Amino acid sequence: MPEGTLCNKQPVTTQEQLDALLKDKGGELYYKEMESLDVDTEKLWASIQKTCKSRTKTWLDICAHCGLCADSCFLYDVNDKDPKQVPAYKIQSTLGEIVKRKGKVDNEFMRMCMETAWSKCTCCNRCAMYCPYGIDMGVMFGYLRGLLYSQGFVPWELKIGSGMHRLYRAQMDVTSEDFVDTCEWMAEEAEEEWPGLTIPVDKENADIIYCINAREAKHYPEDISEAATLFHIAGENWTVPSNGWEMTSLSMFAGDWEACRMQVEEVYAAMDRLKPKRMVATECGHAFRATVTEGPYWAGLESGKPPVESIHYVEWVAEALRTGKLKIDPAKKIKEPVTYQDSCNYIRNAGLRDCAREILSYIAEDFREMAPNGDHNYCCGGGGGFNGIGRYRKQRNKALEKKRDQILATGCKLVIAPCHNCWDAIRDLEEEFDVGIRWTFLKPLLLDMVIVPEHLKPEE
Amino acid sequence: MYEFLTGPMLWVSFAVCFIGLAAKVVWYIRGLDWRLDRVTYTKNVKYGVRGALRSIGFWLLPFGTRNWRVKPMYTILFFGFHAGLVFVPLFLTGHAVILKERFGIDWLTMPQGVADFLTVLVLITGLGIIIRRIALPEVRIVTTAYDYLLLAISMAPFVTGFMAVQHIGDYQFWLTAHILTGEILLLAIPFTKLSHIVMFFLSRAQIGMDFGIKRGGMKSKGLAW
Repeated sequence: MPEGTLCNKQPVTTQEQLDALLKDKGGELYYKEMESLDVDTEKLWASIQKTCKSRTKTWLDICAHCGLCADSCFLYDVNDKDPKQVPAYKIQSTLGEIVKRKGKVDNEFMRMCMETAWSKCTCCNRCAMYCPYGIDMGVMFGYLRGLLYSQGFVPWELKIGSGMHRLYRAQMDVTSEDFVDTCEWMAEEAEEEWPGLTIPVDKENADIIYCINAREAKHYPEDISEAATLFHIAGENWTVPSNGWEMTSLSMFAGDWEACRMQVEEVYAAMDRLKPKRMVATECGHAFRATVTEGPYWAGLESGKPPVESIHYVEWVAEALRTGKLKIDPAKKIKEPVTYQDSCNYIRNAGLRDCAREILSYIAEDFREMAPNGDHNYCCGGGGGFNGIGRYRKQRNKALEKKRDQILATGCKLVIAPCHNCWDAIRDLEEEFDVGIRWTFLKPLLLDMVIVPEHLKPEE
Repeated sequence: MYEFLTGPMLWVSFAVCFIGLAAKVVWYIRGLDWRLDRVTYTKNVKYGVRGALRSIGFWLLPFGTRNWRVKPMYTILFFGFHAGLVFVPLFLTGHAVILKERFGIDWLTMPQGVADFLTVLVLITGLGIIIRRIALPEVRIVTTAYDYLLLAISMAPFVTGFMAVQHIGDYQFWLTAHILTGEILLLAIPFTKLSHIVMFFLSRAQIGMDFGIKRGGMKSKGLAW
């Protein structure tokens, strides 16, 4: 049973393995090895028999082949309505075939499945809303990704990503010390402007435990300081945990369920340890999906909910504006036309569409909806790991066209995108197509327009 | 032949259909797994029930969902086809007569003119569905011979029934053919996709519970189907 040194069925569990993968630039050797990676058909079939139960089996069996899902898929649309991009076709020709053949598929077939699962579906779940039977092909592609991962057929970046979660409990090599250092550094800088501002680490019984996306600690530390400033202005009693601060899950994109469990358990342990009243999640969609929506199931929590009530940043902002904890200076509201990118992971898949609109009613004078929007929004073009996979860059760039056209149709030059994936995708689409738009998270916008209470006013 | 088809065979057909469907329902519900499906079916039941009812209700309503509205032609084909398929066999006077004669049951019936109209509607919309399958590339690519077989099985009792009722050709032949094709349909239901007679409701309830309990139903007014 030949397995590669880099491309194999084993998850990354040591720093050496991780370094070896990272050294293989672009995954050149990794993908070369994949071409001769054996499929353990018995294990594959055993796994399917154990996990493909009545819901998934029924989805595969009763699909009426009506094609009504076609137009729901933005990838079908941007790829000139290529029939091979019809969601039903994509899932029937991959997972459907594997099940039909009782797992007896070869290497070439598995590589085709990998390409389909990671470059033709972003798991945005929009098709589920358009199928008369309610067949959720995004969920099935998630399931297929898990099968592919267990056989070693996973894009290079995601093998690394899930390895990072296993080794660092973060999507990148940010340790607990790195994170705490970053918080201290940000607190020191912010304190110069905001006397009394702190970033309390590991404070017990706080009202809020704030968890983030590791990218913020590593690449955008100012995001942490912006969050701290807004909590400071709102007078919140909050904390960050030294362990369990990372909410993202590249392992979810990879289909590495074991790593998913390890990652969320770290966050839940922080909740158990520090006993906060609530958790507030940063402006990220998939992080929320992983830690709040799916995480409890990975961790086997029978309530289906995290140990403490967990809300997304947009929920906190809406609440702060509603209750007056944050007040907007009317003169500083956004005057220009502005649109909002609905993140699939917390709008369609977590019910927060009205929350987002509530925020806009406070901060924007000329808010313009994309069409369609809310629960029916289109993926930004880079969800489900698509943004991060070099091998499928061309397909990803093509996928951005939908969002580009949607944004242009609103006539807005400013897009609010409170989701790291969407934010990246919109940045990339500007880079790719040069359409002259700007994009932003909520935090910097709010900081520019919030009324600072007298007693907190920075010293002149 | 006629005696056999209207006697033991009829009983067997109904028995297979009902028992088969009941078995599918039991199999489906028993196979739901809160951890694998990642839906706490037995927690927050109120939200689950609401989600399930919304999910079924909006889709049963013509133009009730966004997809029904953006595809009006298909919606008309679909609802026309199903209206005939469901209501004609259930409320045809000719069927009610049998119930009355054999079991003394008074059954609801529809006027013959309505039944004729719905039968023709099934044939026309069925034809439309076939043409759509051939004409649209996004439907053609997922279509298999099996799909046409199922359409044939579903429509055959209507073709034969129509011929018999209208007394076109040999009445006895068409009547026998009607009973036979009707029984084939009953027998096929639990073993094919035609089981969607019940699986539609189960599958819709499941996704409704998924969105209703886990994916936002507890925080919003419900998914905008």
